[in-house]
Amino acid sequence: MSVKSAPAPVPPAPVPAAPAPARARSGGRWADRLLRIYAVLLLAWLFAPIVVMIVFGFNDTKSKSNVTWQGFTVKWWGRLGDYPELMTAVFNSVTIALLATAITTVLGTALGLAIGRYRFRGAGATNVVIFAAIASPELALGASLLSLFVSTGVQTGYATVVIAHVLFALSFVAITVRARVLGMDPSLEEAARDLGASPWTTFRLVTLPSIAPGVVSGALLAFVLSIDDFVITQFTSGPLTTFPLWIYGAVRQGVPPQVNILGTLIFGVGVVIAITHSVLARRRVP
Amino acid sequence: MTDNQVGVGAADTAAPLVSPVPAIELHGVVKEYRVHGELVQAVKGVTLAIAEGEFFSLLGPSGCGKTTTMRMIAGFEDPTRGTVSLHGGDVTGVPADKRDVNMVFQSYALFPHMNVWENVAFGLRRRKTPEAEIKRRVGEMLAIVDLTGRERRRPRELSGGQQQRVALARALVNRPRALLLDEPLGALDLKLRQAMQTELKRIQREVGITFVYVTHDQSEALTMSDRIAVMNNGEVEQLAGPREIYERPATAFVAGFIGTSNLLTGTVDRVDDGCAVLALGDGGRVLVAGSAHAAGDTLQVTVRPEKITISAERPSGRVSAARGTVEDVSYLGTYTSYAVRLPEGTEVTVFQQNAFDSSTTAEPGDSVWLSWQPHHSFAIGS
Ligand SMILES: Nc1ncnc2c1ncn2[C@@H]1O[C@H](COP(=O)(O)OP(=O)(O)OP(=O)(O)O)[C@@H](O)[C@H]1O
Ligand SMILES: [Mg+2]
Repeated sequence: MSVKSAPAPVPPAPVPAAPAPARARSGGRWADRLLRIYAVLLLAWLFAPIVVMIVFGFNDTKSKSNVTWQGFTVKWWGRLGDYPELMTAVFNSVTIALLATAITTVLGTALGLAIGRYRFRGAGATNVVIFAAIASPELALGASLLSLFVSTGVQTGYATVVIAHVLFALSFVAITVRARVLGMDPSLEEAARDLGASPWTTFRLVTLPSIAPGVVSGALLAFVLSIDDFVITQFTSGPLTTFPLWIYGAVRQGVPPQVNILGTLIFGVGVVIAITHSVLARRRVP
Repeated sequence: MTDNQVGVGAADTAAPLVSPVPAIELHGVVKEYRVHGELVQAVKGVTLAIAEGEFFSLLGPSGCGKTTTMRMIAGFEDPTRGTVSLHGGDVTGVPADKRDVNMVFQSYALFPHMNVWENVAFGLRRRKTPEAEIKRRVGEMLAIVDLTGRERRRPRELSGGQQQRVALARALVNRPRALLLDEPLGALDLKLRQAMQTELKRIQREVGITFVYVTHDQSEALTMSDRIAVMNNGEVEQLAGPREIYERPATAFVAGFIGTSNLLTGTVDRVDDGCAVLALGDGGRVLVAGSAHAAGDTLQVTVRPEKITISAERPSGRVSAARGTVEDVSYLGTYTSYAVRLPEGTEVTVFQQNAFDSSTTAEPGDSVWLSWQPHHSFAIGS
């Protein structure tokens, strides 16, 4: 039946339809072209500093400062260990970021579930505090944390940096998780309970898979925020050095090409994470 | 007839009372919610007993407390007062995962990250059923709901009707002692809805378990149920079989909610041979059979539109008769609907079958007589 009737409606359709798209296309051509130019310019503007950073990791510089191009070399890649304090700083940055991300993800997921799901005394205040933590200037947060640690006699160092990073990244995880919780059908969990699942099994088998994309986004945000944080780390690190702090300290004598290489490596890891994330996101459950 | 037929005692029904212990029993169940500091009663003292193997419907308008009642049976809500018993055991306060009933949700609530097979096997896995038995039972259940071959699909890759059947299979595969269904066909179009109604009835007969069915669709409740509890405003207005609910509505609400009904008010003139006679204007009268009313009582009487006959002459015999003017005629295929205005202002709806040699055709403006048998008039509780 459908085979027979198929050819009939096809021929008349293109006749009236043809002129309309043609006109639309010629009208939209300039808009299209402008949009493309704009996109290219924007990307160039965003990527120029990164390209410069990567390129200058291969600069055969003779002086201490690495600002003028003096020829191509890969020798710096073999001399990463020239600055042991730099390696320590990078190690600190990475371990702090991993630790802070792990803690933040657990606490932020719990917080996101709580504010997304339940109405409790102080829920409104919690929401305000979460947004305030995001909106407040890092400078204020760092300074107030420092005075808190000093007044309570806590020695600033590795632990206080982790605490500080957890503190400011927590809100981001809570917000991304909350968004997933709000979009989740509450009867899913009831269905699981109804079918004999305990509260914990329900969380593990139904709730967690449903909010997982939010948890992953939040964790990635937390990691990225932690690894390149400067302001709050500066206030709370005491004698500890992290990668951003070391670079800031080195600026006065000139930043060696090794920094560019480490920056390139961190950027590379970031790109891999971002690609993985967007691939995973495409497989998200609606 | 009692005003309020709430309760275990509603035995004058079509209930297949197989087991003496009811499958589900609610006793004086009240549910209160606090909304913005104000106490709202969603369910106001419901007492009912549902027999083993029965197809029982909770029917009522939106917001009357059907879902709340069902959620208390499932264990998602605790009653503020009263008790819930399943198969003779008090389960008030027992959480949902410890109750031997399963629910089919209006939104289906299928787990989106699991395929059809995993969804259906979920309940059996929770009870540590051996894998071989899970395989067999899930396979059987998918065959019953006609989904064999779709095991690997995700819920969103199925049509609405197929999702509905997965939800049904997921609940039934656990062999619960009762199945609770909250408007399970609400999201389906009319055709699929009717097909699924037949399907549900078939499955219920096949598995032989108690079904508690929530709906606001009266025709659905009438065609499928053994018994119906008509709810309004948190209370059960009538609990009876479909025929009785339709033919003998206990309250004005039930009469109005189920089908089309005419409501006439009058004062009892005399009682004649067990038949109350109410006088209407223009020489009309209403006979109410078997009513326990005395002269002088004011009565509300209902009569269904299809029980009324239209004629040009005053009908003879012991029938109710009323004179009126035809205001509107609508041809509706198998029958014609007439709107007739009585002298005292009441509008009466009359359905006449469009029989092959239909001679009783009236036009708007015609003066006609309406008549019906005494046992088609029902006095209802105020
Ligand atoms: N969690 C709740 N908090 C406050 N009020 C509630 C809650 N749940 C239900 N109610 C109220 O209780 C009443 C009954 O609700 P219920 O959901 O049982 O109605 P229903 O008969 O299922 O209606 P529908 O046909 O629309 O689903 C409604 O007035 C509703 O507003
Ligand atoms: Mg409901």
